[in-house]
Amino acid sequence: MVNIKTDEVLIKLVEKMYNELISGEVPELKLSSRTKDNIVFDQSMNVWKYGGSYVSRSAKTTDGAQFMAKALYTIEFIMDMIKSQKSSTLREMYYISEGWKDYKFHTQDESNMLAEDLEVITTLMREDFKLRPEENGASVIGNITIEEKNRKGEFKRINCRDDVGDAGYTIPYNVEKDKVKLISHDADFILAIETGGMFDRLVENGFDEDFRSVLVHLKGQPARSTRRLLKRLNNELGLPVFVFTDGDPWSFRIFGSIAYGAIKTAHISEWLAVPAAEFIGITASDIINYDLPSDKLSDKDVSALNSELEDPRFSTEFWKQEIETMLQMGKKAEQQALAKYGLDFVTEKYLPDKLSDVL
Amino acid sequence: MVKTKEQSQYREVSLSEFFEKNRHILGFDSPQKSLFMIVKEAFDNSLDACDEYAILPEIIVSISRVSDDIFNVSVSDNGPGIERTQVPRVFGQLLYGSRFHVIRQSRGQQGLGITAAILYGQLTTGEKARVETKRDQDDVAFRFILGINVKENKADIKTQEPFIWDRPRGTSVSITAKGRYVTGRQSIIEYLKESAVVNPHASITFIDPEGNTIHFNRNIEKAPYISKAVKPHPYGIEIGELITMAKATSAKTLLRFLSDDFSRVSENTAGEIIAEAGLKADAAPSSLINKEISALRESIQKAKLMPPSQESLSPIGEEFIRRGMMSVYGEERPEFYGRPITRKASVYNGNPFSVEVGLVYGGELPGDQPVRIIRFANKVPLLYQPGSCAITQSVFELDWRTYGLDQKQGKGQPYGPAIILVHVYGPRLPYTSESKEAISSVEIITDEIKAAIKQEMRMLKTFGNRKDKMKKVAEKFNLFRRLIPEIASKCSSILGRDVPDINPVVSKIANVVFIHEEAIQTESGYNIRTEIFNFTRSTHKFTLKAVFGGMEDKSKDLDIVDLKPAEERVVQNFVQWPGQYPGTDYYFTGIDVSKIQGAEPLPGDWDLRNSEVE
Repeated sequence: MVNIKTDEVLIKLVEKMYNELISGEVPELKLSSRTKDNIVFDQSMNVWKYGGSYVSRSAKTTDGAQFMAKALYTIEFIMDMIKSQKSSTLREMYYISEGWKDYKFHTQDESNMLAEDLEVITTLMREDFKLRPEENGASVIGNITIEEKNRKGEFKRINCRDDVGDAGYTIPYNVEKDKVKLISHDADFILAIETGGMFDRLVENGFDEDFRSVLVHLKGQPARSTRRLLKRLNNELGLPVFVFTDGDPWSFRIFGSIAYGAIKTAHISEWLAVPAAEFIGITASDIINYDLPSDKLSDKDVSALNSELEDPRFSTEFWKQEIETMLQMGKKAEQQALAKYGLDFVTEKYLPDKLSDVL
Repeated sequence: MVKTKEQSQYREVSLSEFFEKNRHILGFDSPQKSLFMIVKEAFDNSLDACDEYAILPEIIVSISRVSDDIFNVSVSDNGPGIERTQVPRVFGQLLYGSRFHVIRQSRGQQGLGITAAILYGQLTTGEKARVETKRDQDDVAFRFILGINVKENKADIKTQEPFIWDRPRGTSVSITAKGRYVTGRQSIIEYLKESAVVNPHASITFIDPEGNTIHFNRNIEKAPYISKAVKPHPYGIEIGELITMAKATSAKTLLRFLSDDFSRVSENTAGEIIAEAGLKADAAPSSLINKEISALRESIQKAKLMPPSQESLSPIGEEFIRRGMMSVYGEERPEFYGRPITRKASVYNGNPFSVEVGLVYGGELPGDQPVRIIRFANKVPLLYQPGSCAITQSVFELDWRTYGLDQKQGKGQPYGPAIILVHVYGPRLPYTSESKEAISSVEIITDEIKAAIKQEMRMLKTFGNRKDKMKKVAEKFNLFRRLIPEIASKCSSILGRDVPDINPVVSKIANVVFIHEEAIQTESGYNIRTEIFNFTRSTHKFTLKAVFGGMEDKSKDLDIVDLKPAEERVVQNFVQWPGQYPGTDYYFTGIDVSKIQGAEPLPGDWDLRNSEVE
């Protein structure tokens, strides 16, 4: 995947369209259908990948031709960056497309999606395209030592407990070995936490030291680099990963993207997913057992839960039961609802109980 | 003595005192409404006079403020003028109309109008009216200062003097009266605006009390069709009318009275009616007592008579409605002008009537506001009493959701970007009151109104479908002309190779001849650029009929010969069009249906129609 020269792959793709035009064929791009209905479990890699159904973007239709033209503009932009050894953020590319007039992106979602589609078509990664996301500020606190290459090109050693402030070590957008080296650690597991409030609570309560853990703040739906770092910590250091989230359908999806792979990025699931990750977030049963303060499920929550019932990634006994129970009681709860029993309850009672089940 | 045309048709009825006591009945009930009524009466008279003489009206309405609540209204026209000796009677006597006993559709019908206006001015300010008039054949004009002698029901002339006028003919009336000047839905300016809609042949100028001038320009250079005066049809006759007619007739016998003074009554039928009523055919009509008249009327209703003649009907007409709506509402840039609908005549109470409907839709008309309903009776805008009017009620009873407009539960006020014109016309329409502000909700009339509106709205639906189709065609055009060429040029610029010929691919996808147009607005209309592309692999020859704006009278045949594969042909045309251009309808003939996009096959009868014209 890494050794192939990006520009050659892109040129081949353009040549294919060119040759089709020359020979009077209607240009067509085929790519895996990127929907919930087309993800299958890959036994060998233990993650969910795109299955065998494809969509075709053909110049026969306005939408298809529009996609193709935008893809060509994007490819031209990427090749220019490769030539001039520059890179840009996804947001910058969205703004640069303003100059493409009729072929500009209307939203950043559209440009992000097209970059992903190009990944799927070429089996390259967006880093190969010199495209990167913005830093999203996810962070790490715990007794683990890494080396990160700084702007001067020197590797700088950082201990993620002793050399950082309360906000922790900020995860850069590139966490591959050429940028981040994992040097050493003295911890038993990784705890990935959905919200900043809970992350701060655990830091203040000294959970990382008391329980010999590395705390990773996910900042909501985790960025690729966060998931990639979790994957490396799990793979290379053999640290188990536990995911601690709110108890609502969106948190279930956060866990799903970490453990099984996200639908949007199923083409690189083996790169990002941690199949052995365990869920220790708030469950429907917790809401009942701990009598947690809760909110009513909104219509959107309900339809998200129903959609999860049809999601093959969640078709396990555990998830079916949790989702159905949540639908039945019609309630959801935040991580911080645990504060009902005091600030220390989460570190003294809830997490130790949950961890004892899985450790 | 030879009677003039005017003298023979005017009759006197004394009602001046009645008016003084009951002026609200005639519409002079508030200062605001009264000022409006003065303008309306004078203005309608001007239009009627011009139309009767086939003169294209030029009317100036001017209102100036004399004091806080006193206004001077002046209406002057280029009409035929009035013979000097007639002036005292025309302006100074209530019910001295030329139309009271003749069945014919006209704006004013009972001759109460202008005299009532002068009387109102006299009652509220003590001021007399000023009338200036001149006919073409007169050497000088005459100026009258006159009021009304209420007791004797006749003009009270203060002065009468000849003067040299700077125009060949016309009449100018100036009345000072108490009033209140307003703008809005029930105002003088709205009345003139709506009048302009149905009188595009008139040039109307309005000067408001602030001195602002508003012009409604003439939009069509021909006088409207004028209905013929016909004798009354006996079915519709009221008992009082019959008594009056029997007293006034010049017929010597009952038989002659029935067969001469009424329409659709032959001598035979008259004889049968008289026999049925138990009367004598040679009796003098004036000798009949009320009981006998009553028997006669009953007998008439039983007689089998032909329906009344429709010659007494005068529609606004499709062309006038279209032009009028375009010129007045063109500033809203509507996307759609519905072809006006004129219903066949129906009969109510022995009198013919009919309905016309026009529509403008979309553009800058507000989509979240109530649909504007502009009501007309005999070409006169109805601004008051919308709630009790047959037109409003018919509109509210229809389900407008079918036509893509909003309406709660499918009844009541519809909402949407539309102005709908409804004109009910005919001699002796049933009104809800003497002031003729609303038409009675008689079932046969509301049925006709609803039928006309439905017919009109179906056109809007067709227009909507056409718009969708045009959008799809435009999308395809974008694909062939922009997207695929862009893909080709991008591929080649990235690869640094020659731009490939895309025609094989395009003809593979399209395989049609494609019609596309661009309308470029100019000061006076639109430049229509019709582009014809051959996206097939063979040469074609066909005829394209362009119907500009969907208007049959604005169409042109474009002969396309020797159109080679991948060839692009451009035809330019200019169309005069006020407001937003709705697009051209293209029809084709001489080429396979499946081979053309952006045009419709010519309706089968068109070739036939064409050859008839040749």
